[in-house]
Amino acid sequence: MLKRVHFPTSALPYLLVAPQIAITLVFFIWPASQAMYQSFLIEDAFGLGTEFVWFENFEILWSDSHYLASFQRTAVFSLLVAGLSMGVALLLAGFAQRVVRGAMFYRTLLIWPYAVAPVLAGALWVFMFNPTLGIFPYFLEFAGITWNHYLNGTQAMALVILAAAWKQVAYNFLFYLAAMQSIPNSVIEAAAIDGAGPARRFWTIIFPLISPTTFFLLVINMVYAFFETFGIIHAVTQGGPGTSTTILVYKVFNDGFVGLDLGGSAAQSVVLMVLVIAMTVVQFRFVERKVAY
Amino acid sequence: MADIQLTDLVKSYGPTEVLHHVEGGIKDGEFIVIVGPSGCGKSTLLRMVAGLESVTSGEIRIGGNRVNELEPSARDIAMVFQNYALYPHMSVRQNMAYGLKIRKLPKDEINRRVEEAAEILEIKQYLDRKPRQLSGGQRQRVAMGRAIVRDPQVFLFDEPLSNLDAKLRVQMRLEIRKLQQRLGVTSIYVTHDQVEAMTLGDRLMVLNGGYVEQFGTPIELYDRPASVFVAGFIGSPAMNFLPADLNGGRATLPDGAVLAVPPRHTGAATLGLRPEHLADDPAGPIALEVDLLEQLGANTLIHGRLQGTEHALTASVPGHACDSIGSIRRFSATPALTHLFDTASGKRLAD
Ligand SMILES: Nc1ncnc2c1ncn2[C@@H]1O[C@H](COP(=O)(O)OP(=O)(O)OP(=O)(O)O)[C@@H](O)[C@H]1O
Ligand SMILES: [Mg+2]
Repeated sequence: MLKRVHFPTSALPYLLVAPQIAITLVFFIWPASQAMYQSFLIEDAFGLGTEFVWFENFEILWSDSHYLASFQRTAVFSLLVAGLSMGVALLLAGFAQRVVRGAMFYRTLLIWPYAVAPVLAGALWVFMFNPTLGIFPYFLEFAGITWNHYLNGTQAMALVILAAAWKQVAYNFLFYLAAMQSIPNSVIEAAAIDGAGPARRFWTIIFPLISPTTFFLLVINMVYAFFETFGIIHAVTQGGPGTSTTILVYKVFNDGFVGLDLGGSAAQSVVLMVLVIAMTVVQFRFVERKVAY
Repeated sequence: MADIQLTDLVKSYGPTEVLHHVEGGIKDGEFIVIVGPSGCGKSTLLRMVAGLESVTSGEIRIGGNRVNELEPSARDIAMVFQNYALYPHMSVRQNMAYGLKIRKLPKDEINRRVEEAAEILEIKQYLDRKPRQLSGGQRQRVAMGRAIVRDPQVFLFDEPLSNLDAKLRVQMRLEIRKLQQRLGVTSIYVTHDQVEAMTLGDRLMVLNGGYVEQFGTPIELYDRPASVFVAGFIGSPAMNFLPADLNGGRATLPDGAVLAVPPRHTGAATLGLRPEHLADDPAGPIALEVDLLEQLGANTLIHGRLQGTEHALTASVPGHACDSIGSIRRFSATPALTHLFDTASGKRLAD
C-alpha cells in the first residue's frame, strides 16, 4: 500500500477544479436532467400546459414506425461509417509504415481532415457532389450513373456516410499507425523469414496484434457516428430527402426544434444517452483488460 | 549442401560505411561465430545474410547461388532473434507451425515435425501455451524450435542467449552446440561474449569496427592472434600488453628488465603476455607490484603494475595466493608463448 500523503488543507485544489465542474454542471448535467424531466411530460397542442405522463413518451416511441426505422438507419449508417473509415485508415497506416521517403509529409497530410469542422467538411462534400456543379456527378455521368442526392435517398445516405467516414479517417489512422509501430520489428522480420509475404504478414501477424486498437476504435467510431455526425448531416442533407438520412440524433433535433414535440424529442435523447453510456461502459471494461490475445 | 561465401561485402548507411570489404567462406555444416564489441557490425552482417538488410556491394552466396536479390523467405534460412520474436497471439504449437503452414505442408507432417522438435527441446508440455506464459529460457527453446522445424539450409542466431541468466546461458550454450552437431546445419552465431564464442564455434570471425580482424579456429585465435585487438579480445583474463624494445632475441621492458623473445624484429614493438602464461619464478625478469587480488578458488588473479611503472599487468597463479598489497612478485615467460605486435598497426609481427 502506498502511504497517503497529507497536504495541508486549502481551497486551492477546489478552486482549480471549479471551472471544469461548473462547465460539466451547466452544459451536461443540467441539460441532461432537464431532458430527463422533459421526457416525462406531454405538452398540449397549443403549448399552454404540460402534463406529467410517466413513460408514455417512451411507449409512443416504441410503437412509432418512423422512430424504429430511424433506429435501423442509424445502425446501418454507423456501422458503415465505422467500417469504411477504419478500413481506409488501416490501409493507409499499413502503407505509411512502409513509406521511407517523405513519411512526415504523408502523415501530416493525412491528419488534416481531422482539423476540419464538421459543418465545413459537409459543405465541402456538398460542393463536390452538387448534381449540377459538382465534379463527381460529372464523372459519374460517364459511368452511366445519374447523381442527385437531393432526390435519391440511397445516394444521399452514401454521401453522408462518405463525408462522415472521411472526416474520421485521420483519427483512426493515427491510432492504427501508433499500434503498428508498437509491434516489435523482429516479429515482422521473423514472419518474413518464415516465408510470409506482405499481405500474409498483415493478416496473420499485424492485424491480430492490433485487435485491441480495432476494438477501441470501433466503439469510438460508433459513438462518433451516432452523435458527432449531426453537423455533417445538417450541412449535407438535413435528414432528407424525406427521412432517408434522418439518424437518431438528427431526429431528436427535428422532432424537438422543428416539430416542437419536446416530450418525444426529450425521450429520444434519453434513449441516446443510455446508448452512449452503455458504449462507454463497454469501452472501459475492455480498456481495463487491454490485451485481447 | 549449403556452404556460404561472402565476397568483398560492403554495407553503408548513407555515406557511412559500417562493414568494410568482408570476406569469408563457411563450409557446409560448419558452426561459425561472429564475435566483436558492441556496434562493430555483427548484427548487420548476419541480417545481410538473412536478407533483412540490403547489400551495398559485394556478394553473398548460399549453396553456390547468389542470394543478394532474394527475399528472406526465398533463402531457406531460419533465424533466432535476441528477443526471440515469437508471435505473441499464437500458441507455441502455432508459432512453430507457422512457417510450415505457409509452405503448405500436409497437416500430419506439420504435426509430426512440431512434436519431434518439441521432444528434442523438451517443451512438449508447453505446446498449447502462449509465449507470455513461458519463462525466458522456455521462450528461447520455442524460438529454437521454430527454427529447426523448418529444416532450413542455414541457421542464423543473433545473440540468442543474452537475455538469460548466467547459469541458463551455459546450459543453453551446450544444448545449441549439441543440437547443431546432431542436425549438421550450417550455422552463423553472433555474440559479443568471447567465452560463448570460443566454446561454440568451429571457427570464429572477429569483427572490429566493421573490419574482419581474424577468421580462424578458437585455438588459432588464442595461440596466434593476428592483431592486438584479437589478442586482447580472446582469452580471459585479457592479455597483458607492454611496450618493448626488440633487439634480436631480446626485449627490453620499460622498467629495464630483459626478456628472451622469438627473434623477429628490431626496434619498438608491443609485447603480449597472457596472465596464465606468466610462470611463478622468484628469479624471473618480470617484477609485478601487487595492487589487488581476485580469488577465484582454483586460481588467483594478481592485478598490479610492472614494477616502478604505470603499465598494468595481471598474472594468474594456481591455488590461493596471499600476497600483500604493494609487495613484489616475480615471473618468467617462455619465448614460444610471447606474442609480438607492430606498435603502429597493431598487427602481429610475422614469425
Ligand atoms: N539503420 C541504421 N542506420 C545507420 N547506422 C546504422 C543502422 N543500423 C546500424 N547502424 C550502425 O551500424 C553499426 C553496426 O551495427 P550493428 O547493429 O551491426 O552492431 P552490433 O555489432 O550488432 O552491436 P551489438 O553487439 O550492440 O548488437 C553501428 O555503428 C550502428 O550505429
Ligand atoms: Mg547486434
